[in-house]
Amino acid sequence: MTAVEDAPATTAPEREVGKARRRKEDARLITGRTTWTDNMVLPGMLHLAVVRSPVAHAKITNVDVSAAREAPGVVAVLTGRDLADEQGSIPCAWPVTPDMVNPGHPSVAVDEVNHVGEAVAIVVGRSRTAAVDALELVDVDYEPLPVVLDMEQALAEQPDLCHDHLQSNQSFRFVFDAGEAGTGQDTEQAFAEADVVVSRRFVQQRLIPAFMEPRAVVVQPQGDNYTMWSSTQVPHILRLMLAMITGIPEHKLRVVAPDVGGGFGGKLQVTPEEVLSLLVARRLGKPVKWVETRSESLMSAHHGRDQIQYIDIAADREGNVKGLRCRILSDMGAYLRLVSPGVPVLGAFMYVGIYKFPAYRFDCQGVFTNKTPTDAYRGAGRPEATFAIERIMDELAVELGMDPLELRRKNWIKAEEFPFTTAAGLEYDSGDYDTATQQALQLLGYDELREEQRRRRESGDPVQLGIGFSTFTEMCGLAPSRVLGSLSYGAGGWEHASIRMLPTGKVEVVTGSTPHGQGHETAWSQLVADELGVPFEDVEVLHGDTSVSPRGLDTYGSRSLVVGGAAVVNAAQKVIAKARKVAAHLLEASEDDLDFTGGSFSVRGTPGTGVSIQEIALATFAAHNFPEGVEPSIDADATFDPVNFSFPHGTHICAMEVDTETGFVKIRKYACVDDVGTIVNPLIVEGQVHGGLAQGIAQALYEEAVYDDDGNLTTGTFVDYLVPSAADLPHFDTGNTVHAAPGNPIGAKGVGEAGCIASTPAVVNAALDAVRHLGVSDIRMPLTPERVWRAVHLGGDGGDRAPDRTNAQAVDSAQAASIAQGGDL
Amino acid sequence: MSQISVRVDGVDYVDEVEPRTLLVHYLREQLGKVGTVVGCDTSNCGACTVHLDGEAVKSCTVLAVQADGAEVTTIEGVGRDGALHPVQKAFHEMHGLQCGFCTPGMIMASIDLLADNADPSEDEVREGIEGNLCRCTGYQNIVRAVQAAAAEMGTAEMGTGAQA
Ligand code: FES
Ligand code: FES
Repeated sequence: MTAVEDAPATTAPEREVGKARRRKEDARLITGRTTWTDNMVLPGMLHLAVVRSPVAHAKITNVDVSAAREAPGVVAVLTGRDLADEQGSIPCAWPVTPDMVNPGHPSVAVDEVNHVGEAVAIVVGRSRTAAVDALELVDVDYEPLPVVLDMEQALAEQPDLCHDHLQSNQSFRFVFDAGEAGTGQDTEQAFAEADVVVSRRFVQQRLIPAFMEPRAVVVQPQGDNYTMWSSTQVPHILRLMLAMITGIPEHKLRVVAPDVGGGFGGKLQVTPEEVLSLLVARRLGKPVKWVETRSESLMSAHHGRDQIQYIDIAADREGNVKGLRCRILSDMGAYLRLVSPGVPVLGAFMYVGIYKFPAYRFDCQGVFTNKTPTDAYRGAGRPEATFAIERIMDELAVELGMDPLELRRKNWIKAEEFPFTTAAGLEYDSGDYDTATQQALQLLGYDELREEQRRRRESGDPVQLGIGFSTFTEMCGLAPSRVLGSLSYGAGGWEHASIRMLPTGKVEVVTGSTPHGQGHETAWSQLVADELGVPFEDVEVLHGDTSVSPRGLDTYGSRSLVVGGAAVVNAAQKVIAKARKVAAHLLEASEDDLDFTGGSFSVRGTPGTGVSIQEIALATFAAHNFPEGVEPSIDADATFDPVNFSFPHGTHICAMEVDTETGFVKIRKYACVDDVGTIVNPLIVEGQVHGGLAQGIAQALYEEAVYDDDGNLTTGTFVDYLVPSAADLPHFDTGNTVHAAPGNPIGAKGVGEAGCIASTPAVVNAALDAVRHLGVSDIRMPLTPERVWRAVHLGGDGGDRAPDRTNAQAVDSAQAASIAQGGDL
Repeated sequence: MSQISVRVDGVDYVDEVEPRTLLVHYLREQLGKVGTVVGCDTSNCGACTVHLDGEAVKSCTVLAVQADGAEVTTIEGVGRDGALHPVQKAFHEMHGLQCGFCTPGMIMASIDLLADNADPSEDEVREGIEGNLCRCTGYQNIVRAVQAAAAEMGTAEMGTGAQA
């Protein structure tokens, strides 16, 4: 194994962007010298433990805390009633429609609980064990209310209500109609005139982000100032929201995200426990800590996905798609959290995928149920959209008797057609779907596998083989502020960076983009090394502390490099512009005559005359000899707000073995070729794709948050919620095509979510391709052996919905709407 | 309270612990060995893996009193004389970590795996670290890291053998 040693600082640095730099972050992480929030100990620190509701929906008639208060080591016990006047509501920053219903979300329940795991009281102890021991001494009386769990029933006529004080279980209805928006033709007409219409009902099961580091919060009050350390993806958003909720002025609050052990959207939140920790610290004037157990995390940290999708596709006999109609029910759970309603809306513009649909309609209802709230989980809305379109394209191919890839190719946007505005109104900037697909086919060894599939089919092998495709794109780089504003999102999408040139020539880069595993420290160093011509090692990246990095919008939506990295590059260019003035002064030359290469300014045509950026940094510090009227600083800030999303794309192909006797499925081979634009660090990009694939495959095969009829989460530990292990996942063959993103200073498109968005439908399509000839039409995720076995042995979708009204095949959106409204088929 | 004496990362400690205290909590809270972390409450994640008398254990499944008289090695003590252990180095080289929360446990489990099987196949590595969950990496680069470390350690041993 060759250790990658860094080039000596004296030689002109070779280009950093594109290099497989080993990560700077690793040094502390592989030696255990980490700063997880739970590591923090402060003098006099108290510990919080949360009493949680064991019932899904009930009135709280009495809370008796007297015994708990007397318990050894207990300092205080607080109920919802105690905090009712100061706790406000957990914010929802994305009112997707003007009439969206938000029931309000207390951090600790006052009169009513609406899901199992909701906070009911807080025990404050001198030690964590003292607080936890006293939890069971808190006596809460509940008067049960009807429990609403099923979205279709929740929207039926006269349903039980998730929230007593609301009129219905619908939070919002968001409609995008291309005909009305002027981005496409009339959808109803397209369907009326189509030769072929295929309709399906897909279920996006409920998932749990399951970041490995459980959430933790520490709050330190200092006079009227407060510092919060939290295992969060979004310290900047959190600070702003906490100020708005608690009335603590924003400038008196500092939020720090130290080392954070994964997020995947699950820590893109303002959590009840963060609010409660702050309130308790304020009330007691003492530092407090709250750390969750894994069971608490699975039960009460927000969940993801959970949609029912009724998808109709229209086409002519030759396979030209004519229209797409999507009706979505999206389970919000019991409350709206930070961006709960925005998740399906982020998907609304991606259902058309990479295809040239002339007509498109999206109609989504957000539904309340007595379950844990849902919110962002890796991909947020776009995996759902990609699943629906990539699954229905396969179903259409079956209906038309066409090869699924041929159907895709016939309808996808050709390389020469970019920029292309889709029926959903998005302008895709670039792409080459054909090249990515060709490469992926080769990587997979497609022809041999098809041949093997044929052999197994002919010989009636109990183990059948299938191949599934997903040719996808996603909208990434969440920004542009103006677009987010037009979608009623409560904040912008810009990102901020500043660069500080230290007297010794070392460089501090401050980024508003807060990492939790993505390798920002390494990638940003590479960017700055190239821009400023300084050694990679000389760059330090600072982040995650609102007092160090005052402006930022944090990390989610594959936005860090695309938006935050671009801000860093722009800041570096401003540093050079400032330094150029100083260089011109020192070299007694005109600015226009200076070249800047390899970290040095020199006068064009006069070799040997040079002044390095480090020398300029020192000269700026001394400021003894500075140009007249120029302030002695070459530091610079930049805020970047792109004009468009970025559109990474790729082709993912899964080859799947299905054992028809046992129902076991096994990924035989997985190949994908992604185009994420310019690659700053191929190691990091590959790692992001791998991790995304693991989560997307896990949705297809393993994971599901299951509630029983009473609303108890039955998958509340890692024994039941099946996060895959190394033995459950295959080797991935990954590749890239590179088309730099037009309009992005780096040319990057974003990679954080690609694998997760693309892989799920490829896996399900592969399994179906293996057994479709046995009469199987669909298998619900996750593809457990039981579900697969039933589908193979009973045919259709294995009777998945048979007891409940109908099979998916018979339902189209219009019928589904009537079912949802209580009508009969 | 019970008294225990343990040697942790080469240092001897004599401490009073509650009988119910888990080894992982003793390490983190009493010794400040916060390199070892807790990821679950059902012994499924392996984040807390340490070596107890040279064998990998999930330190959330061991009581501190059970470690009385034993030698414990954590992620903070696997390097020798300021140098990284070959497995630590391989995780860095092969990009076997992202957020790094699973990493201490993953490295400790991998060292143990290589002690039993000096040259594991890909499948053997995957099965060998099955008790350790990682949510970030998809495991492929962890597998690569373990195999790279095996190669490096094998070469180092052969080198030593030849000199002897
Ligand atoms: S914390 Fe020990 S196995 Fe999860
Ligand atoms: S690196 Fe994040 S859990 Fe493994």
